[in-house]
Amino acid sequence: MSFEQVVFYFLAVLAAFSAVMMILQRNPVNSALYLILNFFCLGGLYLTLNAQFIAMVQVLVYAGAIMVLFLFVIMLLNLGDDRRLREHLGLRMYLGIGFSVALVLELLFIFLFRSSNSAVQQSANAAEMGTVEYVGKVLFTRFLFPFEVTSLLLLAAIVGAVILAKKKTAE
Amino acid sequence: MYSYVGLIILFPLFGFLFVGLFGSRIKSEKTIGIIGSSTIALSFLVAASIFVEMLSLQVDDRQHIVKQFEWIAAGSFSINAAFQVDQLSILMTLIVTGVGTLIHVYSIGYMHGDRGFWRFFAYLNLFIFAMLTLVLADNFLLMFVGWEGVGLCSYLLIGFWYEKNFEKGTTGDAAKKAFIVNRIGDFGFLLGMFLIFTTFGSLNFETVFSAASVSTRGDSTIMWITLLLFVGATGKSAQIPLYVWLPDAMAGPTPVSALIHAATMVTAGIYMVARSSVLFALSPITMEVVAIVGVLTAFYAATIGLVQNDIKKVLAYSTISQLGYMFLGLGVGAFASGIFHLMTHAFFKALLFLGSGAVIHAMHEEQDIQKMGGLKNSLPTTYKTFLIGAIAISGIPPLSGFFSKDEILWKAFIDGSPILWIVGAAGAGLTAFYMFRLVSLTFDGKSRFDEHHVHPHEAPKTMTIPLIILAVLSVFGGFIGIPASLGGGNRFEHFLEPVFERAYSKMTLPYHESSSLEYVLMVVSVAIAATGIILARKIYLEKKEIAERVSTKFSGLYKILLNKYYIDEVYESAIVTPTVKGSDKLLWKGFDVGVIDGLINFTAKATEFASQLLKRIQTGVVQSYAIVFVAGILFIIGVLLFR
Amino acid sequence: MIPLDYYLVLSAFMFCVGVLGVVVRRNAIIVFMSIELMLNSVNLSLIAFSSFLGDPTGQMLVFFVMTVAAAEAAVGLAIIIALFRNKQTVNIDEINILKW
Repeated sequence: MSFEQVVFYFLAVLAAFSAVMMILQRNPVNSALYLILNFFCLGGLYLTLNAQFIAMVQVLVYAGAIMVLFLFVIMLLNLGDDRRLREHLGLRMYLGIGFSVALVLELLFIFLFRSSNSAVQQSANAAEMGTVEYVGKVLFTRFLFPFEVTSLLLLAAIVGAVILAKKKTAE
Repeated sequence: MYSYVGLIILFPLFGFLFVGLFGSRIKSEKTIGIIGSSTIALSFLVAASIFVEMLSLQVDDRQHIVKQFEWIAAGSFSINAAFQVDQLSILMTLIVTGVGTLIHVYSIGYMHGDRGFWRFFAYLNLFIFAMLTLVLADNFLLMFVGWEGVGLCSYLLIGFWYEKNFEKGTTGDAAKKAFIVNRIGDFGFLLGMFLIFTTFGSLNFETVFSAASVSTRGDSTIMWITLLLFVGATGKSAQIPLYVWLPDAMAGPTPVSALIHAATMVTAGIYMVARSSVLFALSPITMEVVAIVGVLTAFYAATIGLVQNDIKKVLAYSTISQLGYMFLGLGVGAFASGIFHLMTHAFFKALLFLGSGAVIHAMHEEQDIQKMGGLKNSLPTTYKTFLIGAIAISGIPPLSGFFSKDEILWKAFIDGSPILWIVGAAGAGLTAFYMFRLVSLTFDGKSRFDEHHVHPHEAPKTMTIPLIILAVLSVFGGFIGIPASLGGGNRFEHFLEPVFERAYSKMTLPYHESSSLEYVLMVVSVAIAATGIILARKIYLEKKEIAERVSTKFSGLYKILLNKYYIDEVYESAIVTPTVKGSDKLLWKGFDVGVIDGLINFTAKATEFASQLLKRIQTGVVQSYAIVFVAGILFIIGVLLFR
Repeated sequence: MIPLDYYLVLSAFMFCVGVLGVVVRRNAIIVFMSIELMLNSVNLSLIAFSSFLGDPTGQMLVFFVMTVAAAEAAVGLAIIIALFRNKQTVNIDEINILKW
C-alpha cells in the first residue's frame, strides 16, 4: 500500500464517518463540529487530487467562514437538544429513508456494474492546474464574466440577509 | 340595357336605406312618399326598357345572365350574385315594379297621418328589393335569399301596427304566424335545394336545368326534389296545408295586403315552380299532386269565402282560391297559363284590395260588411273600379280574368282530367257568387250604418288614381293572351315559350287545335259565372231573407264555413300545443337543463372532487417536497440506467 | 494510484447521506447543514473529474459553487432567524401554514 492510498483511505473513511455522525447527532452544535471535520477531510482529499488552491479555499471559506456562521446562529437561537428521533417515525420518515437508501443502492449499482473505462491515472498537468497562478489565469480570462456576476450575487445576498434578519422597528 | 339590370334592385335598396335611416327626421310625408314611390317607378322604367330591347332581339338571344360579383367560392360550390334576365323574370319584374309603384302611390294617401309613415315606406322598399332579388336570381340560393327576405318583410309589415290588438290576439301574433308557417315551407324548400345540389352538383338554374334535361321522366330523385320544392311553394303561396297564415295576415295595413298578399309575395311560389318547370315536368306524380292541391285549395277557400263578413277576409280567401287556380294550371303543364293568371290576378286583386282599403278608410276603419251598404253614391270612383275588379275575377269576358282563368280550365280539362275541370268550374261559380255578395253588401242597397256619425267620403287622388289605372289594366290586360281559338295570336304563351321549352319537351302533351269542345267549355264556364253573379245580386240585394233562411237551415254547415273548418283550432291542438309542450318539458327541462347543463355541472363537480383529493399533496412541510424530489431523481436515474 | 471511481463512490455516498439528512431531520439548521454536505460532495466529484481529465473547468466550477454556497448560507440563516423570531421554533414540522 503506497502512502497515497493510505492517506486516501484514511481521509475517505473519516469523511464518510463524520457525515453519518453529523446527521445522527441530537445536539446541533455537535452536528456542526462533525461537519467541520468533514470539510477538513475533503480539503485533504482535494490535496490528493492536486487542487491546492481549492483545498485552501475550502478550509478558509467553508470550514472557516460558513461553519462559523452556522455556529453563531445556533448559539444565537439558543437551541437545546432535539428530542429523540424515534418519536416522530411516520410515513414521511419511512418514505424518506426508503428513498435515500434506494438512491445509494442505485448509485452503487452504477459503479459496480456500469462504469466502463475508469480512468486510473491523474492527468499529467494536474499538479500544474491546481496552482494559484494557473487558477488565477483561467479565472480572469475564460471565466471573467461569471466572476463579475458572482460579485453581484454576493452583494444581493448581503443585502437580502441584512433585511431578512433585521428586527422590525416599532413604527 | 341588360347590363343595367342591377339598377332595378339597387333603386329599392337605396330607397330602403335612405328612408330607413333618415325618414324619422324628414317631417314632410310628401317627400318620403315621393322618394319611396319613385325608386320603384325608376325600377319599372329600367325593366320596361329592358323589355323593349328584349322584344327587338331574336328569340334565341333573349336570355342573358348578368353577373354582378362572385358571392361564394368554396371548392366545388360556387354561387354568383347574378341575374337571369329572360322572358319570365322580366315579366315578373314588370308586374312587381308596376303594381308596386301604384301601391306605393296609394299608400301616400292611405297611411296619411300614421306615426310610422316613414317606416312603412322603408319596409315597402325593402320588400320590393327582396322580391326582385327572388325573381331575378339566376340560382336557387340567391332566390332563397329573396324568398327569406320577403318573408321577413311580410312579418315586419303585417305587424306594422304593433300596438293594435284584436280579439283573437295581437298583430304580432299574426306576423309571427305568417313567419313561422312560412318557415315550415322554407324547410321543405331547403331540403329540396340540398337534394338538388347533391344530385346535380350545382344550384345554378342553367346548370341544373340543362343537366336535368337529359334525365328521364319519372326519376324518383327528381320527384322528391320537386315535392320538397312544392312544400316550400305551399308555404309561400298559401295552399293547403300551409295557407293558414294568410287570412290572419289581413291584420296589416291594406296596401300591405294588396302588395304582398295579392300581387307579389304569394306569387313567389308560383314563380319558383314555373322556373323549375323542367324538374316538375320530369315528375308526373308531383304534377298531379300540384294540380290536385291547387284545385282543392281553390274550391275549399272559395267555400270559406262565401260566408265571411270581414271585407278583407273575403278577399284573403279569394286570393288563396285564385292561387289554387294558378297551381292547377302549373300542375297540368300549362305553365304559361299559370303565369298569365298570375299577372291578371295581380291587377284585379290589387285593385280589389286597394278598393277595400278606400272603403275601410271612408268607414273609419270599419271592416264588417254587415255594417256597410249603400256606399255606391258616396264613393263613386271606388265603386266603379271595385265593380270592374269583381267582374274581372268572376271571369266575364272580355275582361282579363276571363282569358286567364278560362285558359287554365281548358288546359285542366284537356291535359288533366274532366274532374279537375268540374271542381275548378264549381270554384269559379263560387268565386263569382261571393264576390258579388261582397259588392252588394258593401256598396248597394240601403246603408246599414249610422249615417249621423259616419260620413263616408271619396278617397283622395293619390288613392283613386292607382285604382283607375289598375281597373284599366284589369279590363285590357287580358288581350295579350287571347287564345288562338278566339282568333288571337296567343302572344303571351308564345312569348314565354322559350322559358318552358325544356319542360314541354319532357311532357307528352296531346297536340290540340282549337276544337269545338273548347268553345263549349268556354260558354259553360261563363254561364256558371253569370249564374253566380245573378244569384248573388238577387239574394243580397232584394231578398236577404233567403240567405238568412239558408244559413239557419244549414246552420251546422254555416258554422263550419264561418269558422274556416276549424282548421286553425285543429293545427293548434294537434301541432302547435304538442310542440310547445314537448319543447318545454322534453327539450328544455329534459335535455337542455338535464343533459347539457348537467354535463357541465358534472365536469365542474368532477374537477372539484379531483382537486379535493389532490390538494393533500400540498402539506406545507418542506421535507415532503424534498422526498418527492428524491423520488424523481431516483426515477430519472433509473430510466437512464435501464433504458 | 487511486482510480477515479473511488472518489466518485465517496462523493455519491456523501450525497446520499446528505439527502437522508434533509429528509429525516426536523431541525431546520441540521437540514441546512445536510444541504451543505450535498454541495460538498458534488464539489469533490467535480475536482476529481477536473484532475483526471486535465480540464480546469471543474475547479472553476467548484470555485463558483463555493461562492454561491456561501451566499446561500448567509441568506438561509437569515431566514431561519426571522422564522425563529416569529414562531419560536426551528422545527420544520411546525412551519406548515402554506398548505391546503
